[in-house]
Amino acid sequence: MQTASDIAALFKGDQVHRDVYTSQAVYKLEMQHLFVNTWVFVGHESQTPNKGDYYTTHIGDQPVIQVRHSDGEIHVLHNRCPHKGTKIAIDREGNTGKFFRCPYHAWSFKTDGCLLAIPLKKGYEGTTLKQTENAKGIKAVGAVHVHRGFVFARLADTGIGFDEFFGDSLSSIDNMVDRSPAGRLEVAGPPLRYMHQCNWKMLVENQTDTCHPMVAHESSAGTAVSIWEEMGSPEPRPPAMQIIAPFMSPYEFFEEMGIRTWPNGHGHTGVHHSIHSNYSAIPGYFEAMTASYGEERAKEILDENRHNTIYFPNIMVKGPIQQLRNFIPMGPNKTLVESYIYRLVDAPVELLARTAMYNRMINAPTSIVGHDDLEMYERAQEGLLSDGLEWVNIQRLLTDEENYGDEAIENGTTERQMRNQFDAWVKFITRSMEAQA
Amino acid sequence: MSVSNDQIIDFIYAEARMLDEQRFDEWLALWLEDGHYWMPLDYQQTDPHLVTSLMYEDIFMLRLRIQRLTGARTFSQKPKSRCSHVIQRPFIDDINGDSITTNTAMHYVETRMDEQFLLALTAVHELKVVDGSIRIANKRVDLLNSDAAFGSIQLLP
Repeated sequence: MQTASDIAALFKGDQVHRDVYTSQAVYKLEMQHLFVNTWVFVGHESQTPNKGDYYTTHIGDQPVIQVRHSDGEIHVLHNRCPHKGTKIAIDREGNTGKFFRCPYHAWSFKTDGCLLAIPLKKGYEGTTLKQTENAKGIKAVGAVHVHRGFVFARLADTGIGFDEFFGDSLSSIDNMVDRSPAGRLEVAGPPLRYMHQCNWKMLVENQTDTCHPMVAHESSAGTAVSIWEEMGSPEPRPPAMQIIAPFMSPYEFFEEMGIRTWPNGHGHTGVHHSIHSNYSAIPGYFEAMTASYGEERAKEILDENRHNTIYFPNIMVKGPIQQLRNFIPMGPNKTLVESYIYRLVDAPVELLARTAMYNRMINAPTSIVGHDDLEMYERAQEGLLSDGLEWVNIQRLLTDEENYGDEAIENGTTERQMRNQFDAWVKFITRSMEAQA
Repeated sequence: MSVSNDQIIDFIYAEARMLDEQRFDEWLALWLEDGHYWMPLDYQQTDPHLVTSLMYEDIFMLRLRIQRLTGARTFSQKPKSRCSHVIQRPFIDDINGDSITTNTAMHYVETRMDEQFLLALTAVHELKVVDGSIRIANKRVDLLNSDAAFGSIQLLP
């Protein structure tokens, strides 16, 4: 049985113990504390546009339902009938009308979870049902907050507030949404779903690991460049060249692009420029942005080309191409990656076409880029079982006085964001462990 | 110049065999320059452009995909994958001048190291007769469980 100080000892500042990736006991503590105390991504409001629309997902290992209630508000409910535990909804999305009805014994609930009716109710006369938590209905999560259309929830009833938890990191979501001339995004189709036999944190860490693309992706990005050169370097470049070739950029490109970290484990690559900076202009888009925002503000929005923003604990957002990846933990060595794309309302459709192309080229289980990433994660998951060494090194560009409570901008190849994540990891796991002790 | 039904059906069988025997250069030579290999993500998906697909690849991407498989630093193919298509007799759904459409049910098995998986799929080929030879104009592969969460699918179903 681990104590809070055992958990704290797994992160030494410059190294992290392999148990954080491999131990079932540590994984269980993550689910009981980390994913309970933090604000975790649920979905986008456009996935449930109408009253009674619902969508099912997970917060950590907890099955939940995002549903639009009759008053238009979005609620997030535990996906479990308060009677016998039957999942209330098992399809990925649907419309339940004015109420949920459990298919097992027909207990029914309003779309905010409140109990509506139980058949043969008099069978409970003289019992203590009414005094139980179960009689109230489908249990809601602790708190829900919708920011610019993105739905987040905290499972715990009390704890850190949404604004305090995310702070200035929300600027990446804001920039993604501001890229719509209408200031609004809509989900575009179902997500790619890619199963990984590795720990969820390996995926989160890889999003700001800028020393791997030119190595792990040489086989795809390097080959793309050499085929293009054999063709006589034709312009305009084939679409694959725009999307995949920037992965072969030299170390200096990634060093200079910069990394910014924020408190509570959030951070992003691409402070000054990124692999998304040099996509070709889409006719009519800048005009539409200027009409909405004025030229100066439109330029300001579009000049921000952040690469990957981590919203701790487990999503990554790509503002310039309106993409979100959700790293859903399914065990210490199993992670489901769902990759969503969004349409910029009132922008030319060519932007969405490029976003869809990026998603299938990079994030699909059929992606020649994704294959090499997954190969690295799965080799690491197996390699960590070696007892030869127990510690993983994360001290690249570590400085003496790193304070993760401060926002900082550093050289783009620092591993500071990984350290920032583990600092937050210890903080939010141990917070409620200490309260229990 | 017209081709017989037997020639069309033999072509579909021969294409699957090329993929299984990893004769990829020969396979790529079957394609017309503006063709696309499309593998939808959603059941009965109609749009390859504005929602995500598993694959929607032009000849450049297919060439890249194939060339990568034999690269010196293609780590996910060290060791290599192998695959096997078991195909049902193709239906010839349409012949219109030089254009032919076929529909073929297949079971596809891919393996690497100790892992192996099975996919059921329907392949729709748009073929074209050019200078007496059958070529692939477009190919659509619908996986029966296209919306399931997969591990890596590294070769061509």
